[in-house]
Amino acid sequence: MAERVSIQTQDFDLSAEVAALRQHHRGVGAVCSFIGTVRDRNEGQSVSTMELEHYPGMTEKAIEAMIDEAFRRFDILGARVIHRVGLLRPTDQIVLVAVSSAHRGESFQACEFLMDYLKTQAPFWKKEQTPDGARWVDARVSDDKALARWGIDARNA
Amino acid sequence: MKIQLRYFASIREALGHGAETIETQASSLACLRDELIARGGAYAEALARGRAVRVALNQAMADETAALADGAEVGFFPPVTGG
Repeated sequence: MAERVSIQTQDFDLSAEVAALRQHHRGVGAVCSFIGTVRDRNEGQSVSTMELEHYPGMTEKAIEAMIDEAFRRFDILGARVIHRVGLLRPTDQIVLVAVSSAHRGESFQACEFLMDYLKTQAPFWKKEQTPDGARWVDARVSDDKALARWGIDARNA
Repeated sequence: MKIQLRYFASIREALGHGAETIETQASSLACLRDELIARGGAYAEALARGRAVRVALNQAMADETAALADGAEVGFFPPVTGG
């Protein structure tokens, strides 16, 4: 089976990941992808760098379980999640979620579901460097609400 | 029983280390957290009740009512902010 989850410091290539999802199954008629990137501003302050920490072992297990849940909920054919850790700069790619299915509706939904799930349940933490010094990013209540739309109680923020 | 503790992000920084092995009789995650708070100092501050602290048991998000067993791995960390 194709690799589904990668936690890595190095960058990733969207084209290569989408090509792998397309080639993995001949029934694929749709691939939907989301990429999260580092912004140069957050909470009204400029951000020069962002350090991403995670819980090795748990992170991979948590995301594998999320993908299993996406397969139970949606009629999808493949899924791929890559999340970077370590030191990142504005415009850098942070996360990729890509999903394949026979028709577009299922992959659009599963992609959003996985991203909402990951935001509040995968053990990653962001620390930003701002002109006032370093600060840990606060969890957002809006992310918990996004997951609640899928009937899951996030209990994070 | 012996358990492994892991700390992450702001909690790891506040405690000054990311892991330790301890002997405990705590029956649940809540009891374990109280035991650590009772150490005082940085532990009392970082794990204080009323502070947003999430707990993982054996690398899965857990409720504090979850029971502890010998050899368990428990992680304490602030709300997650990935993605």
